[in-house]
Amino acid sequence: MAVLRPFDKLPRLNSGVLLLVGSDEALQRQLAEAILHEKRDFNISIHLATSLPLPSERDHLRPRMDLVVFMIDIKSKYSLKNVETSLAYVDASFFLGKVCFLVTGVGRVNACSIETNAVRKLGETYCSPVLFCELELEGVRAATAQRLVRMLRICAGLVPGVSALSFVSLMRKSDDD
Amino acid sequence: MAEGRAPRAGADGKKFERRRRAAAAMAEEAPEGGAVRTLPSLRRLSRALPFGRSHGRLIVPALCSQEKADPQKTAFVLRKAWTLYSVTPLYGFRRARLRDYARLLGAFIAAEKQKGLAVEVGVELDIKVALSSLADIRGSELDQAALLVQLSSRSRSSSRNSEDKPVWLGWFCSVFGDELSESVPEHFTCLPLFLSHGAESYTALVGSWFQKTFDCCFRRLAISPLNLSWMVAMWAGCKLDRAASAVELVFSVPRLAQPLDISYAIHPEDAKALWDTVQKTPGEITHEEVDVFMDCLYAHFHRHFKIHLSAAKLVKISTAIASAHCDGIVKILHSQYLPGVLMLLTELAISQIQ
Repeated sequence: MAVLRPFDKLPRLNSGVLLLVGSDEALQRQLAEAILHEKRDFNISIHLATSLPLPSERDHLRPRMDLVVFMIDIKSKYSLKNVETSLAYVDASFFLGKVCFLVTGVGRVNACSIETNAVRKLGETYCSPVLFCELELEGVRAATAQRLVRMLRICAGLVPGVSALSFVSLMRKSDDD
Repeated sequence: MAEGRAPRAGADGKKFERRRRAAAAMAEEAPEGGAVRTLPSLRRLSRALPFGRSHGRLIVPALCSQEKADPQKTAFVLRKAWTLYSVTPLYGFRRARLRDYARLLGAFIAAEKQKGLAVEVGVELDIKVALSSLADIRGSELDQAALLVQLSSRSRSSSRNSEDKPVWLGWFCSVFGDELSESVPEHFTCLPLFLSHGAESYTALVGSWFQKTFDCCFRRLAISPLNLSWMVAMWAGCKLDRAASAVELVFSVPRLAQPLDISYAIHPEDAKALWDTVQKTPGEITHEEVDVFMDCLYAHFHRHFKIHLSAAKLVKISTAIASAHCDGIVKILHSQYLPGVLMLLTELAISQIQ
């Protein structure tokens, strides 16, 4: 069982690698497509996984992950459990700004299967930002994709002077107010 | 997401406290002498027993009012499917004028039926309206007595002394709705929960009359899967003095071409035994306990059928106490737990209003 590490491989030139982890494959694919539609000045490759750990056999072919996005559906308790078990296979140094939690289905209070507080607590425990969105709406999906592309740019080290760690501490500041 | 954090935590604390009270109320009501089993039995689930049996031994809790409540007066509530609504406080409502209100509401319904033609107030109409107070259905001193609205149709053909046929029932209530009634100004009456039984067209008519007359707002009260899991945990753990029907959970699997529902029935004694092993302090329910209880049920199902029920949406629960659908339809089956159930629903209605 390979633990995902942020710095065990060399980065590729002018590119960022995003790993989407979530139990809902259809939503995951839609989000990935939305991300690829976004305008950008660097190469993005997106890896999709339903859960971690990633299989170890093709590990040598896999690039270095710059940002891991855990997708949680507020309507499915399983998605939260799935993320919680997957988190065990992520190296601690990833949580210095290279992980984020993406919560979808927000606003559908009547369909809630998870308490929003539980997700917030997860974000606090793992020192990572929690983004709330509704991926089933096209507009919000595009905005979320844009947000993730910008975060990926920073996490891949393509923005001079801003590191993933400084970015995530900025996010935390605004979160604590 | 950041601005509301501190108050939200406070609200949750309060909610938790209220649930604890609800649980305590239910625990107090439980009769003594039920054999507690520690391990779920492997007995096959027998067919649900009918509910007809009366229960002479049980006493309706003195919770609903100071004087002992009469089970006959609240019996109409039981075994009916009620559609739930939340109602904002009524402005200028006076209990002394119930008779006038009934007349006006009757005329309003008749006028609406005639598409706006003028109707004389007070004459005999097709639909008879009766408004009455139900002093038995209330929680604390601060709660207003429940208000019952009955619509019945007059039979023209048959003789005068024949009974009117009831066509629609609706009632407003507040059971331990202190949170809301403490905070409203004078001239407002807090009856945040509205339950209706009958044709939806009548619900719409009565609702619009109340909205116009008392400047309030009706909204359908849906129950989230999260709250349904609270209910099933609370009600599965209740002691009953008679053989109870199965605890049933209905899940709907999302994102399929054809709708697929999964029904998961558990023997009530097994459900209670499981809850007893999960619950740490009797009369108190925590979020973690509900989580563990549901996870145990999910794990059991997964072991047998390799299906993650936690990925599906919980749409309906039924227990011996009551059944609830996520669309906001509730059936209360047991008079003993009526205050507890209404208290929980009042709480949900208040949280929707706020």
